[in-house]
Amino acid sequence: MAKLPAPVEELTGKYGPHLKFIPPGGWKDQSRTAERLVKTHCCFCGQQCGIKLKVRDNKVIGFDPWEEFPFNRGMLCPKGVKRYMQNEHPDRLLDPLIRTDAGFRTATWDEALDLTVRRIQEVQAKYGPDAIAIYGGASLTTEKAYLLGKLARVALKTRNIDYNGRLCMVSAGVAYKLAFGIDRSPNPWSDIPKAQVVFVTGANIAECAPITTNYIWQCRDNGGKLIVADPRLTPITRNADLYLPVRPGTDLALLLGMLHVIFRDGLAKREFLEQHTTGWEAMEAYARDWNPDKAASISGVPPASIEKAAHMIGEADRAMIMHARGLEHQSKGVENCLAVINIALACGHIGREGAGCLMITGQGNGQGGREHGQKCDQLPGQRSITDPEARRHVAKVWGVDPDELPGPGLSAVEIMEAIHRGEIKALLSICFNPLVSLPEGEYTREALERLEFFGVIDFFLSETAQHADVVLAGSLHEEEEGIVCSAEGRVIHINKAVDPPGNARSDIRIICDIAARLGKGNYFPFVESRQILDELREASRGGVADYYGITYEKIDEQLGVFWPCPDLDHSGTPRLFEGARFYHPDGKAHLQATEFRPGGDPVDEEFPVYLTTGRVVSQYLSGTQTRRIGALVDQYPEPRLEIHPRLAEKYGISDGDWVAVRTRRNEILLRAMVVKTIRPDTVFIPYHWPRERSANRLTHRTLDPRSKIPEYKVSACQLRLEKKGDPLPVMGQSRV
Amino acid sequence: MFGYEFYIDPERCIGCMSCVNACAECETHRGHSMINVDFIDRKNTIATVPMICMHCDDPTCAEVCPADAIKKGEDGVVQSSLKPRCIACSNCVLACPFGVPKMIVDFEQMMKCDMCYDRTSVGKRPMCATVCPSQALAYITAEEAAAQRREKPVNEFQFGNETVRTRVFMMLPPDQERLSLDVADYMWEQSDEIVQAYEY
Repeated sequence: MAKLPAPVEELTGKYGPHLKFIPPGGWKDQSRTAERLVKTHCCFCGQQCGIKLKVRDNKVIGFDPWEEFPFNRGMLCPKGVKRYMQNEHPDRLLDPLIRTDAGFRTATWDEALDLTVRRIQEVQAKYGPDAIAIYGGASLTTEKAYLLGKLARVALKTRNIDYNGRLCMVSAGVAYKLAFGIDRSPNPWSDIPKAQVVFVTGANIAECAPITTNYIWQCRDNGGKLIVADPRLTPITRNADLYLPVRPGTDLALLLGMLHVIFRDGLAKREFLEQHTTGWEAMEAYARDWNPDKAASISGVPPASIEKAAHMIGEADRAMIMHARGLEHQSKGVENCLAVINIALACGHIGREGAGCLMITGQGNGQGGREHGQKCDQLPGQRSITDPEARRHVAKVWGVDPDELPGPGLSAVEIMEAIHRGEIKALLSICFNPLVSLPEGEYTREALERLEFFGVIDFFLSETAQHADVVLAGSLHEEEEGIVCSAEGRVIHINKAVDPPGNARSDIRIICDIAARLGKGNYFPFVESRQILDELREASRGGVADYYGITYEKIDEQLGVFWPCPDLDHSGTPRLFEGARFYHPDGKAHLQATEFRPGGDPVDEEFPVYLTTGRVVSQYLSGTQTRRIGALVDQYPEPRLEIHPRLAEKYGISDGDWVAVRTRRNEILLRAMVVKTIRPDTVFIPYHWPRERSANRLTHRTLDPRSKIPEYKVSACQLRLEKKGDPLPVMGQSRV
Repeated sequence: MFGYEFYIDPERCIGCMSCVNACAECETHRGHSMINVDFIDRKNTIATVPMICMHCDDPTCAEVCPADAIKKGEDGVVQSSLKPRCIACSNCVLACPFGVPKMIVDFEQMMKCDMCYDRTSVGKRPMCATVCPSQALAYITAEEAAAQRREKPVNEFQFGNETVRTRVFMMLPPDQERLSLDVADYMWEQSDEIVQAYEY
């Protein structure tokens, strides 16, 4: 029974989110002097900025910029500046919790672990091994992600393991694997300033990957041109040479229109396509139907702008196309990313300095977290779980029979649907807050309430964890050593700064203890992260994501190692596809036609407005961490409905008014922020908040059929003025 | 840091408030930021401008201080008020043409950006310019600025008849010598009708 054990107010009163404004020991000078500085990385997004944490008395008391780390050279966004405030937080879970009739009580580790394993075994005995699912997360180190995959497949023998990265990069991952045979951004970020044209499509770089801004400005300093496609004027659009105001969900039409012009006007590098690619004939044939007028009629971008964008990219010697969730969060997310690849390859922009297509990973270890085994269809090293050779290799490293390894399982949203249908009865979740982050929040709540057992490993009691039967108090980013892989494909070293406080434990120890109680301790003899990395290196060896040559020492010496790195004397691979050599057995890129089809929640007379969702710069994902940090909450305290004055006028809405936003699923009430920086047929809501302010109560569960990513970026909604309100306060720091 | 200059380029600013948050971390002002990020007119534009102290050659804040609490160092940096002297009268807050000084009620003292003396004195860049993700706030040498940036650094500002020269540079579009905020400054002298061509 995973209903809330106490009223929400009582749970949030006790476990937060509470706001923390002051560092441990207060602001006084003497308590802020660090005993030591620990070089590590930010715990938040895929930029993985280098940062030094100030440590005193086993507490993180502040930060210092790490100016030698080459990616960010000391630069940090506000989340990075304030990240240390999550440490020593009043909401921190210091003991395991067990559900009671009136909330939670603290428990001993033996009690909590015994109960967890007993309940899992009961469920599996009654309903079979696949009746338990594991949810992992892309903020975990690669060692933990690897360990979770092994826990599922060796100790629990369930095929159902997936992770919250399913809500983030997977459309690009599928597209790059299909086209290139490898799932990684091909160029290091240092290539960006060398491009003559940068095309940013479906990526709010300034707010979601802030450090990348300076790379784009450097490109501009060097004379480069910037094209931005987005339904909103995002902050980097301020310097765009060309802005393409694409209608939500129609990016593919825009990209096809550009591809059409590239072929029509002889901008395609036919020799390159013939020598280094397959499938381009079908791609060209399909694009022939997409003249700029047709593309414009669907995408809402003027035909002249489509022509101009195509010519800017096609005529450049070096162009880069950068894309993120805007393209991926659609039921044709894979097609969108393939269309980007098609444009880049048609113009020969690949495998060279300043030329390539870049997927911008969103989550901290979004890249590394999907390479080594917590993804439902992959084994370590980006190996397919259905490939007999891959199964043999990994089974040998693990010391098990390959036939005993489960096959591919359900993806993240499909797992929640199987829980809702009653097919999956137990869930063990770490680093995932699906109640806020999965689409159709009420459906997720119903599903959670149907679980027979729900175990959570986490450091704060998230909205989802409030539904748990057992909560195992785990570790923060700064409390365990490990590696992660950044958006660039650079594997970096997370250093441990402090021990977990109170009776909280390292995630690795918790996972190994669960395995031991399941009688599989001999497969999980790990005491420290290094031992797991060593096994992971072997397990990935010979795979596409080959980490065999990567060690903590090499990372420290080189300030990161780009995979693949197959040998100890190999220094890594910063740029892929040099000399147009791709990772398919034939060495070619496999291009494909990308068919346009409608989305899963169409706009009609009843629901006439497009709804799109995304992030703000001061909050991160489901807000489990950032909604507890005072300064970040002050910066953007609650979700607002961004709406164009023309649309607002239609409904009599003024700035600050309360507006009911209704979709085919649900309705929420938000204050309007009337701005001319969004398309007049579209509204935007950031999704970091729970319950009655949760954008994901409105979104729908339509998935891309291949990547299984939900279509967060386009829903249909109706608006209703609920009550008048005062105008919103001016954004930014008050002058008074 | 010898030879380094401070440049503000509003064109690069993305309004992320990293500077504001990082400034607040300083031991000397303990949670209070000395920086403003202004959202110019959020209804109509995404434009934002970060403002640190411009460090005037002839600081108005010091001139109007009745307690002689505001000093300029030999390095051209105008310091926060001296605690033993400051009477928290807010004259400086009202007088500054850039709206920079703040009277911090908690400390009963005016505090402002001192360009991170604690950092620059040991060879580090000021905190805001170190963390700024867009490098709208940049602490670099004049040579680096000339080589890397196409904008023109300007440190002369016209307020009516008053010309204010500052230690900090504002990046302006190329070919612009000074920044004036008064339409009259762009008109033919003594003429009410013809406005001088004003090209960006």
